[in-house]
Amino acid sequence: MQIIQQVLFVLLAGAASWLFYKKASEIRRNILLGKAEDLNDQPAVRWRNVVLLALGQKKMFQNPLVAILHFVIYAGFVIINIEVLEIVLDGILGNHRLFAEPLGSFYTFLINAFEWLAVGVILVCVIFLSRRNIIKLKRFISKDLNGWPRSDANYILITEIILMSLFITMNAADRALQLNGNAHYHDTGNFFFSGLLAPSLQSLGDSTLIAIERACWWLHIVGIFAFLNYLPYSKHLHILLAFPNAYYARLDAPGKMRNMPSVQNEVLYAMQPELAPADAAPPARFGAKDVMDLSWKNLLDAYSCTECGRCTAACPANSTGKLLSPRKIMMATRDRLEEVGKHINQHGSFQDDGKSLLHDYISVEELRACTTCNACVQECPVSISPLDIITELRRSLIMEESNAPHEWNGMFSNTENNFAPWKFSPDERDQWANA
Amino acid sequence: MKVNTMAELMMNGETPEILFWVGCAGSFDQRAQKITKAFATILDKTGIKWAILGKEEACTGDPARRAGNEFLFQMMAYQNIQVLNGYGIKKIVTTCPHCFNTLKNEYPELGGHYEVIHHTTLLQQLIDEGKIRMKEGGSFKGKRITYHDSCYLGRANDIYEAPRKVLEALDAELVEMKRCRTKGLCCGAGGAQMFKEDEPGDKRINLERTEEALQTGAGFIASACPFCNTMMTDGVKLNEKEEAVQVLDIAEMIAMNME
Repeated sequence: MQIIQQVLFVLLAGAASWLFYKKASEIRRNILLGKAEDLNDQPAVRWRNVVLLALGQKKMFQNPLVAILHFVIYAGFVIINIEVLEIVLDGILGNHRLFAEPLGSFYTFLINAFEWLAVGVILVCVIFLSRRNIIKLKRFISKDLNGWPRSDANYILITEIILMSLFITMNAADRALQLNGNAHYHDTGNFFFSGLLAPSLQSLGDSTLIAIERACWWLHIVGIFAFLNYLPYSKHLHILLAFPNAYYARLDAPGKMRNMPSVQNEVLYAMQPELAPADAAPPARFGAKDVMDLSWKNLLDAYSCTECGRCTAACPANSTGKLLSPRKIMMATRDRLEEVGKHINQHGSFQDDGKSLLHDYISVEELRACTTCNACVQECPVSISPLDIITELRRSLIMEESNAPHEWNGMFSNTENNFAPWKFSPDERDQWANA
Repeated sequence: MKVNTMAELMMNGETPEILFWVGCAGSFDQRAQKITKAFATILDKTGIKWAILGKEEACTGDPARRAGNEFLFQMMAYQNIQVLNGYGIKKIVTTCPHCFNTLKNEYPELGGHYEVIHHTTLLQQLIDEGKIRMKEGGSFKGKRITYHDSCYLGRANDIYEAPRKVLEALDAELVEMKRCRTKGLCCGAGGAQMFKEDEPGDKRINLERTEEALQTGAGFIASACPFCNTMMTDGVKLNEKEEAVQVLDIAEMIAMNME
């Protein structure tokens, strides 16, 4: 009987890991569809960003209360994984509480701490659920989140509550068995929360208790494997990608727009034709029309987005009722990238499907509303730049489609002819001294 | 006012300490011209040797680039860098955060390497060095001033304190808006929005921002960007508060109260 459980467990763990690996490789492939960009300079600054932004959640602490709540879930996730390690080893080896004996009273302390954390996670999940569904915080009721994104957030919170409840119930049944003197369940000492429940369970009888303990153990670990494979399809992928995304964050001043060396050369050759190489091929495309025209960092950003909406809440265009929502820019980029990925899965490579990120996913009106103020970039807790995608798409609109409002066309021609965005004679540039 | 151009100084074999990059708004916009004059007056009084490019200056290309017209941006940058490098310019000061950002962050990659500072930073330095001294009991003493952060100075380049330090020298009461510093709200002009109508929405951004400024009860809104100045001035007018509230650039406030 024991050996069947062990075999089942190993099969399950193997299948879960393989599925996760497969989807993770797909995501990696999708991200690398983006254009090359070298983001490996200044490793010391980059590691600092990982420690402060991803590990330390620095930007979350601009709102300390929410930061502490989020930290409980985050710590719960990271620290309770130590417990999962024991569960996995027990599953493979057919042990029960492998670490209990070698760690002794420290084990009791450790699991006790996990229980406190688990109860903390349950409480925070309830608070977060009510912020989304009862209090209806503005950034959580926005139409950006209609459909799957809204249920995704709720599913995760509910799953966490279930997983943590299973952990406590499992410990309670285990403790009840210990108190009943069952030989297989050696004494681990009393844990606070399960210790409160254990006495009332004692009367259930050993076989029922063992059934409860085993059921909780299996559901807990199956739940974790399911969660692992749910992650890549969910906004909760940020718990993994926040780390590389912080490492590869752009380190330039936020006001600096990415240069386009191809255009720079074209202009240089126009001004100094003698420098132009005879065989210079024109760039394939100016700016970004689809996800493949963006940088791989933009695409990593899209997969790292938690859809928390801090960017949109801070966006001056959005808060004055305009169509632009930086969060939606990120969600649209990810949706389009997933669609392109599916296309590649089916056909081996991407062929034109008659759609593009620009127009089909992100409209001209949204792009036109951006003031490039960097509020969205400033706000993002996981180092995402929606602004970079917006400006790349704007480049495509202007340089590929000549799609500009007529006032902008006027501004362009004034700048070109009079060297100022307004129609004034360049000869009058120093007239202010006499004004 | 006698203003030297680089060309004139060059002819006399002189080089200035600093080039004042006036910018298109500062050159042509009637309101912004006053800011330019105020800052020029301050430079003159401090005895710094300065010059402008005059007719040789051209738009840095900021609005074109942000609208998406990279070709036009590169053309403007190429011309400007040729002129600046031709004169061997080392140090540039400008009253426009958009010019500041482009010259400082975007020109180096294209071959233009200069020490670029915003006028509020220079003003702070000059005050600290005692080169700018304020009159006793100046016109802002005890008055309530609120400072509007320019996105291209603040979030884009992390300059939050210099403008505030300069305002402190006025001996006024500084009050912050609900959204300030890294949380500041855009005036609505950046990203080439200055040159077109707002997209459809509930409200214009400059109106939202001005209302926030008015809520502080300040009699003066201090700006550090000619575009912010225009947007806030429009907002004050739309609120019919131009009798009670004035929008002034920090340079204008200092020029009014210098010894």
